[in-house]
Amino acid sequence: MQLDIVSSGDTVVAKLDGELDEHTAVAVREKLDKRISVGGFRNFVFDFSHLKFMDSTGIGILLGRYKNLKRAGAGIYISSPNPHVDKILSLAGIYRIIQKINL
Amino acid sequence: MNKLYIKISADMANDAFIRSTVAAFCVELDPTVEQIEDIKTAVSEAFTNCVIHGYEGKSGNYVYLDLCVDGGKLSIIISDGGKGIENVQQALEPFFTTKPDEERSGMGFTLMSTFMDEMRVDSTPGKGTTVTMVKNIGKEVA
Repeated sequence: MQLDIVSSGDTVVAKLDGELDEHTAVAVREKLDKRISVGGFRNFVFDFSHLKFMDSTGIGILLGRYKNLKRAGAGIYISSPNPHVDKILSLAGIYRIIQKINL
Repeated sequence: MNKLYIKISADMANDAFIRSTVAAFCVELDPTVEQIEDIKTAVSEAFTNCVIHGYEGKSGNYVYLDLCVDGGKLSIIISDGGKGIENVQQALEPFFTTKPDEERSGMGFTLMSTFMDEMRVDSTPGKGTTVTMVKNIGKEVA
């Protein structure tokens, strides 16, 4: 699992590439939290266009980050999930709190 | 009919290997991409439960998988010899988790039952848990 975090103006894009499960989640959580704690952004985008697999671990990660990002007053978005990841996010009701976009 | 039995260390590093192995095992039933993704997710959820909840992350334990393809169906039995579940009905409720502090979504069993055609959970506190899942893939095995 590769996680690249790129800042552009007041937007941060976290691009996940690979398979997100309980094993790979540890490093992902740490890297995301480190970037979120630095601040200096108004929008935070989870770019899922290269996320090949995700189980419910991904839901936990999104909900966990959502609280901190909301507290920081940021807009939160999920971009371009594949159909299977999209199905899991829909089932969990994630789109009720995080907007889906296409970058 | 074809069968496969696996005994593997209860280590989360094995999760990707296990879900890929189950997906490869059912390829002879000619599943769609969506069916393969459903199966991989369900297996990943079940394996994670064994390691994180059954054995609470302790090393030196094993997860057991009993796979069978027969008559267009894939059946998967995943079991552990861990702590078991006190209240299975409660565990099956969406968003229920015993570990809210660890960012558990409580969606594991919900995804398993949604993505598979049949799911059953048998658990004995102190002895372990067995999850039985069936996916109807369609094509009859020659």
